[in-house]
Amino acid sequence: MKAAVIVFPGSNCDRDVAVALEHAMGEKPQMVWHRDADLPQVDLIVVPGGFSYGDYLRSGAMAAHSPIMREVVARAEKGVRVLGICNGFQILTEAKLLPGALLRNAGLKFICRGVDLKVENTDSAFTGHYQRGQVVNFPVAHHDGNYFADAETLKRVEGEGHVAFRYVTPAGEATAEGNPNGSALNIAGVFNEKRTVLGLMPHPERAGEALHGHTDGKPMFASLVETLS
Amino acid sequence: MTIAREIKEPKVTAELAAEHGLKSDEYKLMLDIVGRTPSFTELGIFSVMWSEHCSYKSSKVWLKTLPTTAPHVICGPGENAGVIDIGDGQAAIFKMESHNHPSFIEPYQGAATGVGGILRDVFTMGARPVANMNALRFGSPDHAKTRHLVSGVVAGIGGYGNCVGVPTVGGETNFHPAYNGNILVNAMTVGLAQADRIFYSAAAGIGNPVVYVGSKTGRDGIHGATMASAEFTEDSEEKRPTVQVGDPFTEKLLIEACMELMATDAIVAIQDMGAAGLTSSSVEMADKGGLGIELDLDQVPQRETGMTPYEIMLSESQERMLMILKPGREDVARAIFEKWELDFAIIGRLTDSGRLVLKMHGQTWCDLVVAPLVERAPSYERPWEPTPAPAPLEAGVSTLTQPIDAILEKMVGCPDLASKRWIWEQYDSQVGGDTRFLSGQADAAVVRVHGTRKGLAITTDCTPRYVKADPVQGGAQAVAEAWRNITAAGGLPLAITDNMNFGNPEKPRIMGQFVGAIQGMGEACRVLEFPVVSGNVSLYNETNGEAILPTPAIGGVGLLHDAELAVGLAFQREGDVILLVGETKGHLGQTLYLREILGREEGPPPPVDLAVEKRNGDFVRGLILDKLVASSHDVADGGLLIALVEMAMGKGIGADLMPLAGADAGMLFGEDQGRYVLAASAADAATIESRAKAAGVPVTRLGITGGRALTGVTDTAISLEALKRSHEAWLPAYMAGGSGLD
Repeated sequence: MKAAVIVFPGSNCDRDVAVALEHAMGEKPQMVWHRDADLPQVDLIVVPGGFSYGDYLRSGAMAAHSPIMREVVARAEKGVRVLGICNGFQILTEAKLLPGALLRNAGLKFICRGVDLKVENTDSAFTGHYQRGQVVNFPVAHHDGNYFADAETLKRVEGEGHVAFRYVTPAGEATAEGNPNGSALNIAGVFNEKRTVLGLMPHPERAGEALHGHTDGKPMFASLVETLS
Repeated sequence: MTIAREIKEPKVTAELAAEHGLKSDEYKLMLDIVGRTPSFTELGIFSVMWSEHCSYKSSKVWLKTLPTTAPHVICGPGENAGVIDIGDGQAAIFKMESHNHPSFIEPYQGAATGVGGILRDVFTMGARPVANMNALRFGSPDHAKTRHLVSGVVAGIGGYGNCVGVPTVGGETNFHPAYNGNILVNAMTVGLAQADRIFYSAAAGIGNPVVYVGSKTGRDGIHGATMASAEFTEDSEEKRPTVQVGDPFTEKLLIEACMELMATDAIVAIQDMGAAGLTSSSVEMADKGGLGIELDLDQVPQRETGMTPYEIMLSESQERMLMILKPGREDVARAIFEKWELDFAIIGRLTDSGRLVLKMHGQTWCDLVVAPLVERAPSYERPWEPTPAPAPLEAGVSTLTQPIDAILEKMVGCPDLASKRWIWEQYDSQVGGDTRFLSGQADAAVVRVHGTRKGLAITTDCTPRYVKADPVQGGAQAVAEAWRNITAAGGLPLAITDNMNFGNPEKPRIMGQFVGAIQGMGEACRVLEFPVVSGNVSLYNETNGEAILPTPAIGGVGLLHDAELAVGLAFQREGDVILLVGETKGHLGQTLYLREILGREEGPPPPVDLAVEKRNGDFVRGLILDKLVASSHDVADGGLLIALVEMAMGKGIGADLMPLAGADAGMLFGEDQGRYVLAASAADAATIESRAKAAGVPVTRLGITGGRALTGVTDTAISLEALKRSHEAWLPAYMAGGSGLD
């Protein structure tokens, strides 16, 4: 598998996801600066977390309009897998590669902690190594992670199996108690219609080795490598 | 094109100098040095260079007495930050700095720019920042401003640190009425560099270009350094315009651009523009290099029109750096800063004149000899009074007068001991992927050295109530506790940064607190081989004549050769043997028990026996590195039983503590120093006991882990759930507007 990580001014999880990819792939992904004209031919494009352009406008809104994103959208349309984590998820919704939007957390504060997530759909290159219904733990670290979509979109996302991860209690229940930021239907991550694009607020790259206390993020990268190699 | 309006500077008089904070003898000294009446710009430059904040005029005679060397110290105080060797050609660079006055006036921006400033102190030396810490002190929770200040400061620290992508891994937060009018916001950054790629600030090379990079200069923060050198009064709100405004996004770009440039050979010297902005950076660089510097202020990137030389030189606009480049490397540097969309301007040259010459609109606004600005800055041996020894407590104080479970519930929920989850969950503590422990999970935060197995153990410590009662013991205790916290996590303590927060040094009583604390710290640093490599002094922390508690905050850094060997404080499993290392005498003076349960802030603080401290700590560290210890926690605020409760609450694993049945308040809540609680498997505990015997270290069995409650201390079991509820409830309830006390 070949992978590229897009680096915007203000990206700050670019190195972390590159490390996770390197552990899984055995080679370094290509780091692509937002102003680089050419996006290399790769099997996976990662839009990492951070504060692209300072997020001084709506989170992700500026980055979504940068030239490199036009290229990312074009590749996504051809079926290249795209993974957006945290700010990357915000950018992918702003770029309309994924439905919905990420609003300010219901509690209005930045939240950084481990959250329990239920894997809702394992039929994708991203989630194939998980069990359906499995509860995993990744950290979140965001101010704007409150997933929102209109009723019709939510119905479609839910009905067609586009929910990838849902915030749950440790017992696996998608209740208000298990929802850290007020997200609609407790949605933590969604796919596009073909399940070739995934955006999620929690950070799988921060749950990738013993030092992190959790290794539940590792199967995501392993699954991508196995499917796309 | 805008045509600059004509600049008219006021005439400099003794009155104008006094308004700039210069005392009459300082004004005379300045006249003597300049040999004529200085210009307004020159007066501004003298006033900030000679401010307490920049010149350390009240503190430097005492700071010089602190030990600053060790074989592993690469660079001690005097540069932007301290540098220590961590092996394998790597160095850790760190410093702690206060942003107290601005944070009280404008908590969000004050705290945010405090973080920004300390980050720049570290990356200006070539280190990538890898961890932020903070030591916060607020007024009484009952005070009308406290909630607003906590909310703003925490949001400011998070807003800046989260965006720049440096994990905030811990710190401490305390409350006391002495900080009602003067909160403390002390921010610490630790960075990593290659030991042979460290950048210093001494200018070199006559004719070399002086380059300005980063944000544009505006009118914000003018006289920030002077404000930080004066007492507060009720009209401090009017000083809001002197608080700078932070832009963490630009800081992030500046970090990346500097790292990229530092990988080339273009830089001769570099310094951030912190307090006193362009003035202190240009003067200090020139002075250290023994050179002159000539600047064309028309070339300084400006955010506002019509700025005067005075304003440009005194602005404290954030996210700016000044550097000296090698000749011919300007284009390499310019390309990097253009890539990161940051301002880049050649604003002057180094000269052989030894003078600071400032030109603008074709006129000369300043022509001063550089050296006296630094070297003839006033230095005072201020009169001081030793703090009188507090009267000892009466003998009967150790008799328990309330049920232990009620005492515990109250203490774990008191503002100083209550969980600070509400705070630390607002900080991104995981970015970078190297965080092993936050402080709170272990006694020190532990961050892996990226790309290696090594770990840095980091802590901030001070017990101001001890320092107030006995500055010498309190100063020693602050250093000893930092050393102990690093040790308790498994780290080898290497060096400290000190952030000295005190009241008005012109009062002999306050100066006596400062002197005493320095004496105690110095002694502890020497015995524990834990030198000071950087620091910051914040004086005049008084409002309407009321001083804060003397607060010498210590930031300590230690090393683990393998971050995976670090141990946390929570009990890990049932059936572990709980051991106490160190001797308990039952010292109750100045304890949290005395304050929170008996409502008294009295008595002497617990004495620190540095030789015992070292012996016990070296013993514990050896056990941890030999993998004999499952959990480790020092005994600090609240004493032994609170330490045990904290270990039990970590994962909800209780303990049977039969040996503590019938113990009195001194035994349970005394704050005797040099003690650790360890948990280990039965086999490892036996090994520990035999090693203790051989080493002459007192080790006693306290019980066995297990269950969901603490049993054996009292007739009925003490529910962990109730304690945890009290521990977690206070801060969120308080911040939501309730008193949190009902």
